[in-house]
Amino acid sequence: METYQSLAKLPKLEKAWVKTLRPQASQNLLARQLEEIGFVPGEQVQVLSKALIGGDPMVVRVGQSTFALRQAEAQLIEVTQEP
Amino acid sequence: MQTATLHFVDHSPMVALIGNPNCGKTAIFNALTGSHQKVANYAGVTVERKEGKLSLGEPGKTLRILDLPGAYSLYPRSLDERVTHDVLKGLAAGEKRPDLAVCVVDATNLRRTLKLALAVQRLGLPCVLALNMSDLAEKRGLHIDPQALSAHLGMPVIPTVGIQAQGVAPLKAHLIERFLNNPAPLQTPIVNAPLDDAPDSHDAQRIQRILRELGLDHIQPDTLSEQIDHWVLHPLWGPIILGFVLFVVFQAVFALAITPMALIKDASVALGDYCASMIDSELLRSLVVDGLVAGVGGVLVFLPQILILFFFILVLEESGYLPRAAYLLDKLMGSVGLSGRSFIPLLSSFACAIPGIMAARTISNTRDRWVTIMIAPLMTCSARLPVYTLLISAFIPQTLVAGTFSLRGLVLFALYLMGIAGAMLVAWLLKRFTSEGSLTRPLMMELPSYHWPTAKNVAIGLWQRAKIFLNRVGGVILLLTLLLWFLASFPLPDEHFHGQPIEVSFAGLLGHALAHVFEPIGFNWQISIALIPGMAAREVVVSALGTVYALSSQAGDITSTLGPMLAQSWSLASALSLMVWFVFAPQCLSTIATVRRETNGWRMPLMMLSYLFILAYAASFITYRLALSLGLG
Repeated sequence: METYQSLAKLPKLEKAWVKTLRPQASQNLLARQLEEIGFVPGEQVQVLSKALIGGDPMVVRVGQSTFALRQAEAQLIEVTQEP
Repeated sequence: MQTATLHFVDHSPMVALIGNPNCGKTAIFNALTGSHQKVANYAGVTVERKEGKLSLGEPGKTLRILDLPGAYSLYPRSLDERVTHDVLKGLAAGEKRPDLAVCVVDATNLRRTLKLALAVQRLGLPCVLALNMSDLAEKRGLHIDPQALSAHLGMPVIPTVGIQAQGVAPLKAHLIERFLNNPAPLQTPIVNAPLDDAPDSHDAQRIQRILRELGLDHIQPDTLSEQIDHWVLHPLWGPIILGFVLFVVFQAVFALAITPMALIKDASVALGDYCASMIDSELLRSLVVDGLVAGVGGVLVFLPQILILFFFILVLEESGYLPRAAYLLDKLMGSVGLSGRSFIPLLSSFACAIPGIMAARTISNTRDRWVTIMIAPLMTCSARLPVYTLLISAFIPQTLVAGTFSLRGLVLFALYLMGIAGAMLVAWLLKRFTSEGSLTRPLMMELPSYHWPTAKNVAIGLWQRAKIFLNRVGGVILLLTLLLWFLASFPLPDEHFHGQPIEVSFAGLLGHALAHVFEPIGFNWQISIALIPGMAAREVVVSALGTVYALSSQAGDITSTLGPMLAQSWSLASALSLMVWFVFAPQCLSTIATVRRETNGWRMPLMMLSYLFILAYAASFITYRLALSLGLG
């Protein structure tokens, strides 16, 4: 069974795969930017660390690179726990 | 047709280096061009333009190498990416379209970095792929076959190791061979490709296919970086480590700079003495000794601190730690409407606001850059230290608080904190009361793998900082110094006047007039006069006070004689008020001049001048009145 959730809610160190980017109208540019830095469907992601207060910002490994993201950005990324 | 409108003195062919941030592009640039680099700005924008030369081995034949700003795609979002996009398309004002693009990719991360190379290729430019960090890829078990990759991509593929002296030799050889027998620039048709809309996901699929066929589609974890990050990015340990790193950097900046600063000071005094003995005309002597030598020497004395601070910043940047520090501070900075990216410029401002304001170029968001520039002068720069030292030693008793802390040390610490708190307050107000301020901006900051910094890259970086600073000393600062000397020296007093000549000068008249303005915050006319030459560089106030109080400005140890004199003639309330004034006041014209240059106009520097003045006046007023009511008058 496949489960989807937003990257923002993915537990720390759990492996997941990018399913889609939620292209919300006002945030098209943001989605596009996320795509550019490697958040494309099928890519493996993993949350490496979260800030102490509110888990924002967070450190995410995507493919071979590591990025610091805000919660708002991570919420645009839908992930699935199976490749 | 388009090429006909371009006029260039240098007809050498040009190669552009392009790549994602953190792919090692600048290391390759350094390796190709050595020290033959020119750092300037692109026409009309404050994006750093780096060009170098590579000799083709025959006299007079060189290759121009342009290091384009790092970009993730050709979609122009930030100023940096706009420049990269425009140059590659041949649209940038005053720029020749490159004859060849060297696309630098990170061999350990082909999946992401190849995308940009494909986008550049689509523009119709001849491309070469520099497969950088190929040694790291090998080490991690990624065996990349350059020939096979080249066949898939349709461009030559050359493995490189940017951080090794020999690691760039094959690329160099390729460039020389390509251009040596090709004196005429390669004809590159301008392809007016649309703004690169759809192909993104298409490219991703194509890259995925290529990597699968080459057996490179599995993820190789970078275990070392992950282990370091486990501690460095830890929610609790991370900030503690950051605090320790900052503490060490600050200690080093102040401790290591003492000797070179004393040397520069002695040298400028000696040069002044020498000039004084050589020049007969009193006026000319004053111009050279008090104006030129003292003024320029007074600014130059901060070069050691600036270089030491930049040494640490460069090492931390090269190693990959700085973006992590920015990540750790993001929440704190976010609470006042800034992002972690403002951290580096603000850190630099503790040495001197000028390099700090210049470092704000790296902030892609215009509004964040603007706010960062505005608050940079509130970070306690090293030019305030001589003033603080003088006032603290004259007015604050050397006692211990709670049996352990020196009261003098605590006052100094409080002055630093006051500057930081003031900056936070201003940033918060701008967040609260501007419409743009309340928007959250994307972070999306890459945390690159850790690397050992290389001596060569750090040395080149330091050399460039030093050159920029020295150019400034030679230009704007020199001019301002001379102007202030003029104000402090003219008109000359007549023979019957027995006071200090500065009292009847323009600066003196201005000081007397200003004394009315400053009277409510406890400054007497002597202080008001001294503040005027202090506009050249804050620490000049110390020698100016010496002049007003009729002390010889040539005495090396002015603090020890001036201190007791001040302690007698000022109240503690006035002294405290002056210290607080120095925390906030727009005292440094060089900073204002830098802001004008960096923002291309007078609006920002004027706003900065007025808000800092109001802030300083209010804070000093409160301090003075509070101290008076506590009976410290």
